[in-house]
Amino acid sequence: MDHSVITVENLSKRYIIGHQRAPTDGVRHVIEAAVRSPFRWLRSRNQEKKAQREEFWALNDVSFDVKRGEVVGLIGGNGAGKSTILKILSRITEPTKGRIQLEGRSASLLEVGTGFHPELTGRENIFLNGAILGMSKEEIKRKFDEIVAFSEIEKFLDTPVKRYSSGMYVRLAFAVAAHLDPDILIVDEVLAVGDVTFQKKCLGKMQEAQARSRTVLFVSHNLSAVEAFCTRGIVLSKGRVVFDGPTKPAIQHYLDSLRGTRPPSYGDVIDLCAFGSRPDRYPPQLRTLRLYDETGRPLGGNLSAGAGMKATIHVELEQPAANVNAEISFLTLDGDRVCTASSAYEKCRDESRLSGSVVFRCEIPSLPLVAGDYKLNVGLYIGQTEADLVEDAARVAVSWSDYYGTGVAPMHGVFLLNNRWAVATAADMVLA
Amino acid sequence: MHQLTIEPGRAEHHYWKDLWKYRELFYFLAWRDLLVRYKQTLVGIAWAFLRPALTMMVLTVVFGKFAKLPAAGVPYPILVLCGMLPWQFFSTALAECGNSLVHNSSLVSKIYFPRLIVPASSVIVSLVDFMVSASILALVLLWYQYLPSAHIFFLPLFVGLAFAAAFGVGLWIAAFMVRYRDFRLIVPFMVQIGFYITPVAYLYREVVPEKFLLLYALNPMVGVIDGFRWCVLGGQHVLYWPAQAITVGWTVLLITTGIWYFRRVERTFADVI
Repeated sequence: MDHSVITVENLSKRYIIGHQRAPTDGVRHVIEAAVRSPFRWLRSRNQEKKAQREEFWALNDVSFDVKRGEVVGLIGGNGAGKSTILKILSRITEPTKGRIQLEGRSASLLEVGTGFHPELTGRENIFLNGAILGMSKEEIKRKFDEIVAFSEIEKFLDTPVKRYSSGMYVRLAFAVAAHLDPDILIVDEVLAVGDVTFQKKCLGKMQEAQARSRTVLFVSHNLSAVEAFCTRGIVLSKGRVVFDGPTKPAIQHYLDSLRGTRPPSYGDVIDLCAFGSRPDRYPPQLRTLRLYDETGRPLGGNLSAGAGMKATIHVELEQPAANVNAEISFLTLDGDRVCTASSAYEKCRDESRLSGSVVFRCEIPSLPLVAGDYKLNVGLYIGQTEADLVEDAARVAVSWSDYYGTGVAPMHGVFLLNNRWAVATAADMVLA
Repeated sequence: MHQLTIEPGRAEHHYWKDLWKYRELFYFLAWRDLLVRYKQTLVGIAWAFLRPALTMMVLTVVFGKFAKLPAAGVPYPILVLCGMLPWQFFSTALAECGNSLVHNSSLVSKIYFPRLIVPASSVIVSLVDFMVSASILALVLLWYQYLPSAHIFFLPLFVGLAFAAAFGVGLWIAAFMVRYRDFRLIVPFMVQIGFYITPVAYLYREVVPEKFLLLYALNPMVGVIDGFRWCVLGGQHVLYWPAQAITVGWTVLLITTGIWYFRRVERTFADVI
C-alpha cells in the first residue's frame, strides 16, 4: 500500500512571457519587424532576447510523491501552478526541468466532454470520447451499457449531442470518463458542473475508485469537495509546494495564505484598547475580548460551520450606568453585516445600574455560517446610544463542515439555512 | 506494470512507438471526420460525387468548347477528370490538413497524443472522398466507351504521390497555422492560384511553350496529373520524366522537412494554440 505511484522530482516549468510575443503572432508582424530593422539579426541576439522576454516559472522545483490509494487534493490560488502540474502530468506540455515517474495507467480529465462532437449522436460520441480518453474499442464496447445506464440518456442515444440539454451533455461526458478505470486518475474541476445529485453520483464514483485503491489527483477550487474526498492536501503557491499533509490543515493553510500573514486579531485574548479603529469620540471602555469554542477551549480563530462559540467581553465603565449592553456582530470581509449577538436581545437582561469592571458572557449555540472568513465588531451601548465600538476586533475563519449530514453544503451565500424538502410527482399528489 | 517517465525531451524518445500506440485514436478521428462531413445534408455522401461531376461539366464547356483548347483526340471530359480529381484531392487535403490542428484545438490543449495523428487523419478523410469521386471517372469512361490502357494499374502509385505531396505541404501549413492564423487566408488563395498553374483543365504539353516546360513542372502537382493522364489515356500520352523526378523530389523533401518541423514545434502547440 505504501508504494509510490506518482513520483514528482524537482519539477519546473518555465514560460516565456515575451512582451513582444503577442504582436509577433501573425505573419505581418514578422515581416514588419524584418523590414523595419533588416539587420537586427546581426546584432547580439542574446541581448535582444533578454530585453524582450521575461521568464515566468509556473512551477519551481516541485517535488512530492503519491502512494497507491491516496486521494490527493491540489489546492492553491490562481496562478499557483495547479493546472500546469496537471498539464505536465497529462503530457500536454513538457516540463522544463525535473521528472515525473508514473506507475500504472493514468487518465486525465481536464474537462468533461473533451472532443465531443456536436454533430455526432450520443452513441457515436461515447466511442469517440472513449478513444480520446485512451480506452480501446473493445473496452468501450464492453462498458457501453454501463456507461449508458450511468448517464441516464438511453432514450437520446441516437440524437446528435448538439440537441442535448447541458445537463445531459455533462452526464454523458462524465459517464464515459467515470468508466475509464485507470490506476491513476487526474481530475480538474470536473465536479463544478452538473446538478447536485449528479455531483454526488460522480463523487461516489470517485470514492469507489479510491476503494479499489486507485490513486486520484484532484484539483478544485471547491474546498468542500476537497475536504470531503481527499486524504491529503498539497498547497501550491507561486509554483512551489508550501504545504503537504492531511487535508484539513492543508485547507487551513491555504485559507491562511489567502489572508496573507495572520493578523494579531486572530488571537484568543484580544486587547480592545490597542485598536486604532475606534472612533476618537469614544473613551476606551471595551477592554478585552476572549473567544472560546463551545467546550470552553480557546477558539484559535477557527470554527467549523454550525459549531457553537463563546465569548467574554470585559468592560470598564467610565461612570455608573443603567441599561448597558454589549454586542458582537459578524461581518463578511467586504463589510456586510451578517448577524449580531447582543445582550440587549436577552429576555431577562440586567437593567440595573452597573459600574466599574463588568464582564459580559455570550454563548452562541450554533453559528451556521458558510465557510469563509468573517470579522467581528464589538460594541457597547448605554441605553440606545453607542458608547464604544471596535471594528474588526477579531476574525474567525469558518471552515466547511457537513452541516446537513448529507455531505453537501453550500459554498456560496453567507449562512446555512435550515430547510426541509419533500419531493413528490404530480401523480403522488393526486393519490395523497 | 505500465510505467511512464515524464522528462524534458522525453516525448522525442518514444515518438514513433507512441504514434503506433495511438493508432486507434487515429482511426477514430478519421471516422469522426467522415461521419461529420455529410451530417445534416440532404444528399449526404453524394456530394463527393456531385461536386466533381458539376465541376467537370463547367470545365469541359469553358476550356473545351469556349476556349477550344486542344484535346489530342481524347474526349475532353475524360481529360478534365484526370486533372481535376487529383487536384481536388490535393487541394481539399491541403486545406483540411492545414486547418486540422486549429479545428481540434480543444483536443490539442486538453489531451496528450502524438499531434501528427490529427493532420494525418484529415488527409485520410480527403482520400476517402477522392475514392468516391473517382467512381465518376469510371462512369465517364463507360459513357465514351473509352478503354484505358494497362497503365491504369499504376494509378495507385500516383494517388500515393498526391497523398504524400498533400500531407507534406499540409504539415507545414498546419504547424504554421497554430501560431500564424494568416494561413487561413493564404491557403484558399494558394489553392485558387494553383488551379491555374496546374494542368487541371488543359493538356499542358499542348499549351505551355517548350522552353518554359521545366519551369512549369516545378509545381509538384504537374507530375501527379501528368501521371494520372498517362495511366488513364495510355499510349497517346507520354510521361514527362523531368516532371516526375521533380514531383518525387518535392514530395520527399516536403514530407521529411514537414515531419521534422512539425515535431520540432508540436511540443509548444498546447501553449500557443
